[in-house]
Amino acid sequence: MRRKVVSGAVVAFCAAAVVLALIPLGFILFFVIGHGLPALNAAFFTQMPKPVGEPGGGMANAIAGTLILIGLAAGIAVPIGIVSGIYVSEYRKTSLASAVRFSADILNGVPSIVVGLFAYTTAVLPFHRFSAIAGGLALGIMMIPLIVRMTEELLNLVPPTLRDGALALGATRARAVVTVILPAALPGILTGVLVALARIAGETAPLLFTAFNNRFWSTRLDQPIASLTVQVYTYAISPYDDWHRQAWAGATVLIGAILTFSLLARAMTRRLERMHRP
Amino acid sequence: MSTTGPLRRSSGEGRLFPILTGAAAFLVPCLVAGIALVLWRESLLSIREFGFAFWRTSIWDPVAGQFGALPFIWGTLYSSLLALLLSAPVALGIAVFLSDLSPQVLRQPLIFLTELLAAIPSIVYGLWGIFVLVPLVRRLEIATPSWLKGVPLFQGPPLGVGLLAASLVLAVMMVPFTASVAREILKAVPSAQREGAYALGATGWEAIRMALFYGRTGIIGAVMLGLGRALGETMAVTMLIGNNPRISMSLFAPQYTMAAVIANEFTEAADPLYLDALVEIGLVLFLITVAINALSRVLVWRVGRERTVRAGRPLPAAAV
Repeated sequence: MRRKVVSGAVVAFCAAAVVLALIPLGFILFFVIGHGLPALNAAFFTQMPKPVGEPGGGMANAIAGTLILIGLAAGIAVPIGIVSGIYVSEYRKTSLASAVRFSADILNGVPSIVVGLFAYTTAVLPFHRFSAIAGGLALGIMMIPLIVRMTEELLNLVPPTLRDGALALGATRARAVVTVILPAALPGILTGVLVALARIAGETAPLLFTAFNNRFWSTRLDQPIASLTVQVYTYAISPYDDWHRQAWAGATVLIGAILTFSLLARAMTRRLERMHRP
Repeated sequence: MSTTGPLRRSSGEGRLFPILTGAAAFLVPCLVAGIALVLWRESLLSIREFGFAFWRTSIWDPVAGQFGALPFIWGTLYSSLLALLLSAPVALGIAVFLSDLSPQVLRQPLIFLTELLAAIPSIVYGLWGIFVLVPLVRRLEIATPSWLKGVPLFQGPPLGVGLLAASLVLAVMMVPFTASVAREILKAVPSAQREGAYALGATGWEAIRMALFYGRTGIIGAVMLGLGRALGETMAVTMLIGNNPRISMSLFAPQYTMAAVIANEFTEAADPLYLDALVEIGLVLFLITVAINALSRVLVWRVGRERTVRAGRPLPAAAV
């Protein structure tokens, strides 16, 4: 009897834990969207920030900046990440593959602010200038481990029979990967890249002293550039109500993008799994 | 897979492929080593000037050129360990529920929702913390009965910002990481463990306890992974902890963390020694998180050796 009660209590605790974790999630989404949606309008996407005291304005430069930054990050991380992922998946038993897997997980756990320091010392100090490139480098470094592990997992989902078939027809391993295995996993990898991009777009700390910030419209890669997250940070710690509203709106845009991409990826992965695992 | 025979290995395409892809893959370990090397080189000035005293003194006065990093170590450990204490039971509860107890229909949606907590950007946690959580914490601090105020844990004016607010948000942010790895661990425990327990007449909890015990090293690894996240968390903590480099026992006191001091002061540090002192803090933060992550990875690996248990940011694309 007592054992049954204890067991029931633990089951209840576990269910309560799930509810307890979902409360802050609901709370955060409710407040961010509740404050952010009313502040969102066309001007937010098309106009430049207004000086303190002038209502209105938008974050057009920050949105463009974030797009440029994640574009740069993808340019660095996607080729390196996918090719490394192919190696790790194709030669999974080699010691280099384990080393790469291990260091990807380590790199994934390195605090974003430390990655920012690294990008600062390698891409800002030598040129004595904050730049979009430095920011893109920091974000790219954070993205590499995500892409490596995801590519590996998605390639592993491809049935080995496909590879065996290609090899049996006389294809080299390179040909088998490029013409058979990679195309089979590509839709999944592409959605994964989008999710990783959405995640990276939410990073602030590595941009603080690499891309820095810019009050003006700038698309130059060797100049400081604005980003949605740094702008939200600047506005959030400011004392002005108008800026707080803008910060909420920016946060809503971030959350919206991340939610959309996560849901998309989920649907995609499930379809792939159903395809490959009858 | 050794489908490549001796004949194939001699062809050019076959030899080039592992070399080219391997070269890209080799970049990843190099990057980790590179970060350590660069940070070490950039903090030499401060390492030479202060030596170990840097980590034992608690006066941080950039104007006077005095740099003691003890308050940041204190604040980082205090906030992270408190967050760990709050989040670990909840995260393990979630892991157990999602692996053993949840109705099949609810499982995937619940996994998705809990992992969504990891997808919310740190800056959004911070924003929410400043405008929603901090006023709540302030109200709680004002409501603290005066006899409790004598306890060192609850001393100080009710500011709202401070260690408690930061730890609460950290705890929420840690939950998805610990929960997702712990769930994978529980999944990796052979079902014979649970079935054996049930066969001997165990209740649900007793069977789960068997599984938890079987995977205990991995569970510890999962909790440590969450800790690693908390130690390096920057934006949310910077916005909530109050940024005051003073060691205090009090939950209500504004304090400071290693990541937060870098985020706040790095762009203002004009003096080379100041800059190097901040990089040294970054270097130590890097070494601590690498050590914790490596250890947690090894612990998790030992349990899930046959299955791939991911340690890291749960990516819905790969996790679902």
